[in-house]
Amino acid sequence: MNAFRKNVIQPILDCWSLLVGLKITGKYFCKPLITVHYPREVIDSENLSTYGGHVELIGKPKDPAMPKCISCMMCVTNCPSNCLTLVKQKAPKPTPEQEQEWAAAAERGEKVVKPKAPKNPAKFTYDYTLCSLCGTCIENCPANSLQFSNNIYWVATSRKEMNIDLLARLKEQATELSAPAPKIEAKPAVAEKEA
Amino acid sequence: MSAYQNLEQMKGDFYTQKFEAGKQDGTLIINMGPQHPSTHGVLRIVIEVDGEYIVRSEPVLGYLHRMHEKMGETQTWGGFIPNMGRVDYGHPMAWNWAYVGAVEKLMGIEVPERAEYLRVIMTELNRLTSHLLWWGAYILDLGAFTPIMYAFDDREMLLDILQRPSASRLTYSNFRVGGVQMDLDDKCLELIRTFIPHFRERLPMYHDLVTENLILRRRIEGVGIIDEDMCQRYGCTGPVLRGAGVAYDVRKDEPYSIYDRFDFEIPTQDSACSAGRYHVRVAEMEQSLRIIEQALEQLPSAEGKHIMDKAPKPSMKPPAGEAYFAVEGGRGKIGVYVVSDGSKVPYRVKLRAPGFSNMNAFAEAAKGTILADAVAILGSLDLIIPELDR
Repeated sequence: MNAFRKNVIQPILDCWSLLVGLKITGKYFCKPLITVHYPREVIDSENLSTYGGHVELIGKPKDPAMPKCISCMMCVTNCPSNCLTLVKQKAPKPTPEQEQEWAAAAERGEKVVKPKAPKNPAKFTYDYTLCSLCGTCIENCPANSLQFSNNIYWVATSRKEMNIDLLARLKEQATELSAPAPKIEAKPAVAEKEA
Repeated sequence: MSAYQNLEQMKGDFYTQKFEAGKQDGTLIINMGPQHPSTHGVLRIVIEVDGEYIVRSEPVLGYLHRMHEKMGETQTWGGFIPNMGRVDYGHPMAWNWAYVGAVEKLMGIEVPERAEYLRVIMTELNRLTSHLLWWGAYILDLGAFTPIMYAFDDREMLLDILQRPSASRLTYSNFRVGGVQMDLDDKCLELIRTFIPHFRERLPMYHDLVTENLILRRRIEGVGIIDEDMCQRYGCTGPVLRGAGVAYDVRKDEPYSIYDRFDFEIPTQDSACSAGRYHVRVAEMEQSLRIIEQALEQLPSAEGKHIMDKAPKPSMKPPAGEAYFAVEGGRGKIGVYVVSDGSKVPYRVKLRAPGFSNMNAFAEAAKGTILADAVAILGSLDLIIPELDR
């Protein structure tokens, strides 16, 4: 009798679990869709704002096209994957008259004040193919000039396109800021669900 | 010698030929596992089958070797942290913690209390994502497609939470020597608080859908026995060991950080089969929720900031010496051993991956089972292949 119960009745009773599973699947089948169909819908911007995309420069509050960067090379030296390239600006080349003046001043024993190189970088490029998005450059920036962008919809077809000029990007962003914001064609997914 | 092995083109490569040494009549050698270089986890298992029964099997590794240990000898101490996020994509926070903890031990650094709480919260959230990923993928391996959708629905919420303090969704590298990279903001804490009751509500649904399911129970119950003796021989840890009835958890037995302040249990199962390991992992998710809840309660009273003042720079120079630090990862005991010669670059970084030891038990556990059971055993070990090869 025990064997009969174990081999015949119990398997039939266990089949109830399949119905329970089907019930759950059926319940969720009737619920509204939670998948976002990407090109037609996009997820809400709150989630995008916390997403850490590639690194980008931050502009000065008064002059958004000019980075806060002081070319101290901390980001470049601390980067574990060597994906940042920074070229410092050189001091302006003195004219022959200025050189004569300085030579004369040095002869007189006066202190010569030569013009210093501007602090902002001449070139700042970034190779996204190498970056491991660890955020070490952002932490170590003494001028707080770097941040993660929320550039999530970025597609490139070649490796060269992944190597971006951050200074040019900052200028582009500054002009975009002054221009009216472009309209986003895709509706947020939440709005569509409510409708 | 079987008919297949007489043919020149069927001889196979080095591993297959070497494997053939003790072959029997009428057996067939097959290769199992994703082996294409573009797949995410490349593991090859050479199996000798007699009909549908496995005579012997041997895992072949090395297809995904990325030289993490050697890279440690060329990177700076801080520059190695991003590597730790990529050793194990399932539970990277624990790897982060193991490495950072070893360096802190070497330098004699005390981490602020708040940073310890943040580490606990984030690691436990990450453990949930790790177990959810395993849960979905395991059921998928066994042939059921729907459950992974439910698992990824909840995992998605966790990833949205974790991307706030770490700015990434999979390969987290936000632990720093002396603390963590970013503090949890109020919005993030609120999201975690709403997630916990939501996930508690979902867990019974998981049990109804999968755990109680007749087909799953017949597939995994009593399959792939890895008992305490075998665990000791192979060095298995984590859910594999706890599924064999041994209540060993690094968080309880060698409490690191502030784990001694939390009240949680170590789930164990005596069955030592695939079903035992399954139940341990599902029960561990509930315990993780308990730890997170307690940590959230105690967080406001914790002192200090998310990172210590004057935290060492990435180009730090720890004093010459050696240190070992072990943490409990989603798959078992993660150990990192670092040796310093006093320079900017580590002299040696040794990584102890739990998955490597767990996988070695497969060959013995799979002996004599049918081929379909081998899949159930392999999945129940929760292997993350990048972690095996490192």
